[in-house]
Amino acid sequence: MSDHIALRPGAAPVTNTVATTEPPLIRWLLIGIALGFLGLMLIVPLIAVFTKALEAGMALYLRAILDPAALAAVRLTLLTVAVAIPLNTIFGLAAAWAIAKFEFKGKNLLITLIDLPFAVSPVIAGLIFVSLFGVKGLLGPWLAAQGLKIIFAPPGIILATVFVTFPFVARELIPLMHSLGTVEEEAALILGASGWKTFWHITLPNIKWGLLYGVILTSARAAGEFGAVSVVSGHIRGLTNTLPLHVEILYNEYQFVAAFAVASLLTLMAVITLVAKSIVEWKVQQQLEEAQKK
Amino acid sequence: MPLRPLEIKKYSILPGFGLTMGFTLMYMGFLVVLPLSTVFIQTAGIDWTQFWNIVAAPRLVASYKLSFGAAFIAALINTIFGLLVAWVLVRYSFPGKRVIDGLIDLPFALPTAVAGITLTTLYAPHGWLGKYFTFLALKAAFTPLGVVIALTFIGLPFVVRMVQPVLETLDQEREEAAASLGADRLQTFTKVIFPELLPALLAGFALAFARALGEYGSVVFISGNMPMRTEITPLLIMTKLEQFDYAGANAIASVMLIVSFMLLLLVNILQWWSINRHTDH
Repeated sequence: MSDHIALRPGAAPVTNTVATTEPPLIRWLLIGIALGFLGLMLIVPLIAVFTKALEAGMALYLRAILDPAALAAVRLTLLTVAVAIPLNTIFGLAAAWAIAKFEFKGKNLLITLIDLPFAVSPVIAGLIFVSLFGVKGLLGPWLAAQGLKIIFAPPGIILATVFVTFPFVARELIPLMHSLGTVEEEAALILGASGWKTFWHITLPNIKWGLLYGVILTSARAAGEFGAVSVVSGHIRGLTNTLPLHVEILYNEYQFVAAFAVASLLTLMAVITLVAKSIVEWKVQQQLEEAQKK
Repeated sequence: MPLRPLEIKKYSILPGFGLTMGFTLMYMGFLVVLPLSTVFIQTAGIDWTQFWNIVAAPRLVASYKLSFGAAFIAALINTIFGLLVAWVLVRYSFPGKRVIDGLIDLPFALPTAVAGITLTTLYAPHGWLGKYFTFLALKAAFTPLGVVIALTFIGLPFVVRMVQPVLETLDQEREEAAASLGADRLQTFTKVIFPELLPALLAGFALAFARALGEYGSVVFISGNMPMRTEITPLLIMTKLEQFDYAGANAIASVMLIVSFMLLLLVNILQWWSINRHTDH
């Protein structure tokens, strides 16, 4: 839930006067403790991933990444991301349009429902699809009669991933579209533009950065999801393994260098996500400031 | 403008409400509401005694103690340090501040399996950090302490990201007023600033706690998964599923879901409280 871009258009720069700040000694002590905590909790693990991955040299690192099982995991992960993005982007756009541009009853309930996958344990996210489509699931016998396999097969992995990532685009767009208001769209409509034309030429350019960030978050989470996917995958090597599951298998087989090599790919993805977040936050801030000046 | 009693939707000239709302409800119905309801449908297949025997079994009770206890301690650590980090990031300037600010979200972006193996390696008896625990005759990895460490990592961003915006919009004139009326800095903090931050702190705590309760990926590696000692509740759902005991898995899941819903409700109430307090002034 805290993944959204913080929109703080009215925030005045904090100016410190003697009465509203602390003596330098306390200030540096607090900064020291905070940085010590963050260093220990965030920076040391970040360094550790890359150190462990490259510990045995570049040749072993490359061999772990180019291993056929690893490449199969990359392919399945990319397929999952490729399905999750369009589905959840269309949903996010539709939900944000309905929620941010209109006033209706039950809006808060709907927003809470959208947040639900954040509050549900990833294991439960996997469990619900096994309970529906598994051998002893509600629809299991019917699926078996049709010769369809969802659980322990790629469709189950994709379903669980779509479930886990479905709020991200919507949660980025709702506050953004809400703060942009409806004035520009109304003007376009009054001047005779059609609904679709208004959306393509007015709304979409206005929300492009927020949308982009929502898509980045969706892909990062879709590629990195572990718990939910672990429940539905069945861990069939080369067939139902995503990158995080491949990391687990390698680790449990005591192939630590290979595990960290594959993990370093996922870590790189996480770092790119963080950089993208900072850039997009800055762009949105700029856009809102310009909108206020007008 | 408030809605009149009989109106469901306020009039607007913008088109597409029916289409987008219809699609939203349908998508959520099939993807979220229908699958989630299977937890309760599957659980309804067993009677109360069976249900109670599953969810109150000694191995599960031990897992509740660990899951709730470790999640609570981790959320508490994150509340204290989260407040400190948010304060330092908003009020002070120091080199590298922007990078640090961006790095706070690392636990959201990093796949949990990666966090799990990294923390386990770091805190194992001979690991970079684990050796200091060994020196103190303590063990971190494969004990409840390891679970607390993993859950602290996972929940780190919540309190910071809840408190930061509140702290940024806080009116400093009130602090000046407090100072001019003779309050020292500590009194100003405890009597003027802290009460303003309290709803955000509590919401951040509840979010970190909820996330920690359901967390799986980062914990299974570091906990060691010893029955009665270091098994978390989500792991036992997994164990039941591996034995094809769907009813058992869903019974445990229904208990966890109800707790999660209550926490989500609490967070929404706290946010509503926080917003209302700010619009009052």
